[in-house]
Amino acid sequence: MIKINKVSKSFRKNRVLDGIELEIERGDRIALVGSNGAGKTTLIRCLLGEYVHEGEILMDGVKPRTQRREVLKKIGFVPQIPPPLKMPVMQLIHFAAGVCDSDPEKMYQVSDKLGLDARQFKHQPFVKLSGGQKQKLLISIALGRDSEFLIMDEPAANLDPEARHNFFSLLASKQKDTAMIISSHRLDEVAALVNRVVELDQGKIVLNDHVADQIDMDSILQCEVKLTRAEAAFAGTVREWGFETSDNGLTWKGPVAGPDRLRFLGVLSRYAGLLKGIQMQEQGRDNQAAQSHDKKRKEAVS
Amino acid sequence: MKHLMLTAMADINESLRSRWFLIYTLIFGGIVVALFITGLTESRVMGFTGLSRTLVTYLQITMAILPVFVLLTTVRSVAGDREAGIFEYMLSLPVGLAAWYWGKIIGRFTVVFLPVFLAMMLAVVWAAIKGAEIPWGQVLFYTLMLLVLAWCFLGIGMLISSLARSADVAQGAAFLTWLVLLLFLDLILLGVMIQNGSSAETVVLIALLNPLQVFRTGAMMLFDPQLVLLGPSAWVILDTFGHAGYLVYSVVYPILVGTLCAWIGYYFFKRGDLP
Repeated sequence: MIKINKVSKSFRKNRVLDGIELEIERGDRIALVGSNGAGKTTLIRCLLGEYVHEGEILMDGVKPRTQRREVLKKIGFVPQIPPPLKMPVMQLIHFAAGVCDSDPEKMYQVSDKLGLDARQFKHQPFVKLSGGQKQKLLISIALGRDSEFLIMDEPAANLDPEARHNFFSLLASKQKDTAMIISSHRLDEVAALVNRVVELDQGKIVLNDHVADQIDMDSILQCEVKLTRAEAAFAGTVREWGFETSDNGLTWKGPVAGPDRLRFLGVLSRYAGLLKGIQMQEQGRDNQAAQSHDKKRKEAVS
Repeated sequence: MKHLMLTAMADINESLRSRWFLIYTLIFGGIVVALFITGLTESRVMGFTGLSRTLVTYLQITMAILPVFVLLTTVRSVAGDREAGIFEYMLSLPVGLAAWYWGKIIGRFTVVFLPVFLAMMLAVVWAAIKGAEIPWGQVLFYTLMLLVLAWCFLGIGMLISSLARSADVAQGAAFLTWLVLLLFLDLILLGVMIQNGSSAETVVLIALLNPLQVFRTGAMMLFDPQLVLLGPSAWVILDTFGHAGYLVYSVVYPILVGTLCAWIGYYFFKRGDLP
């Protein structure tokens, strides 16, 4: 689908990309990771045909720089930093839908799924929305059109847990026919979403590997967390994840999106001293298997 | 064409919400109102009365303000958008580079020209209400001259925006361009003439390459056909072009300069890094 052949890019004497070679197929979900200045954004801009570069990039045999419209029609892009556009939300949606030959209604539907009623903000300038709202709107525009390749730069960073789950579900519905590049400077943020990891360092690919792809992006884990004592800070944190307690803050129950499990465990690790027990069980999984596993575990403990 | 119009409309809407546009509109509307308040329509100076006098004054003031306003707001907006990451996102959408660039020019031209034009129309309406005679030929030609002046400096502004990599550099370059053109109206030109003993033809040629001077002389010619106000230079101009020929030149030349600059700007925009 996409062939990146010896792509290099320099800004004056600073070589930001150095001979990148990569092939991306439909169904690939790539975590593009690397520290700041590794070349992630530059590579993305080359893929979008925004930078002139050495080497060649072909998407289905077509160059993004010379045949922009043909290539960009297939690419949905979510930038890391939302642009400070003054145009109202409705106008932005209609502009994007207009140039993409898409139906604005589909973009509104995606935004509804992400928990953003875009019509409610239709006259509000985009720049005046909150960080999360901007991110949801940009995701709605990227996913609400017929794209075959998604490029997302830290797309879920500003989303609340529920919106993250809905976002993962939307990605899951596209994963078979679409290639995705999800850029992040931290692998743990995107690890559960991808089946391939490409790491950049000083403009070169230092890791290009396929990873276990067993997590259902659409899955939900039912979680129960038991504490040694109630703690207000912990309560505040897990409430943001949609957790509830039935015994004055000692036991908390709630859902966690499958791809968010690592992120959730990262949050819990901040309260490691309070934890008495954790249980996470995927909804819809064979309960018998889970029960049998629990029994074996209890036997092992006793 | 659809993408061109979408981009132009987006730029118009973006400008209409900007603070600069509000100030810009208030300035030109304010100038006309100020001319009415100070009673220029009623005065008789050098034989000009009523609307003619107002238009002449309005044009002289516009010549001083419009170019710098067009230059600064254009480069601030275009180079500023690029710096702020707006280009990165908007140009990730499947809009052609030609549609984007020329759509921006059309949108910007509309918002730059409309307030100036509407202020002029306000003067015409005011004159009509007051029962003054309306010199339609003059009104139409002045409108045309304002149009080409706006186009000329918009083209220069787009060229600077395409070449400069930051908003600050673009703004500095725009200001310098305006300053050089302004200085070459009289001061430097006279200095060169006196110091080097250059031929009148050379100095006039330099002046005629300056779109500001071309505009100024063209505007002058409408109420002073023999260019008495210009002094001896008038001989060179009238001998070379003739009266009608110079009026055509004063319209065609700024259009050519603006279009050429816009094309060169497009060439660099298309060839370089977009964001």
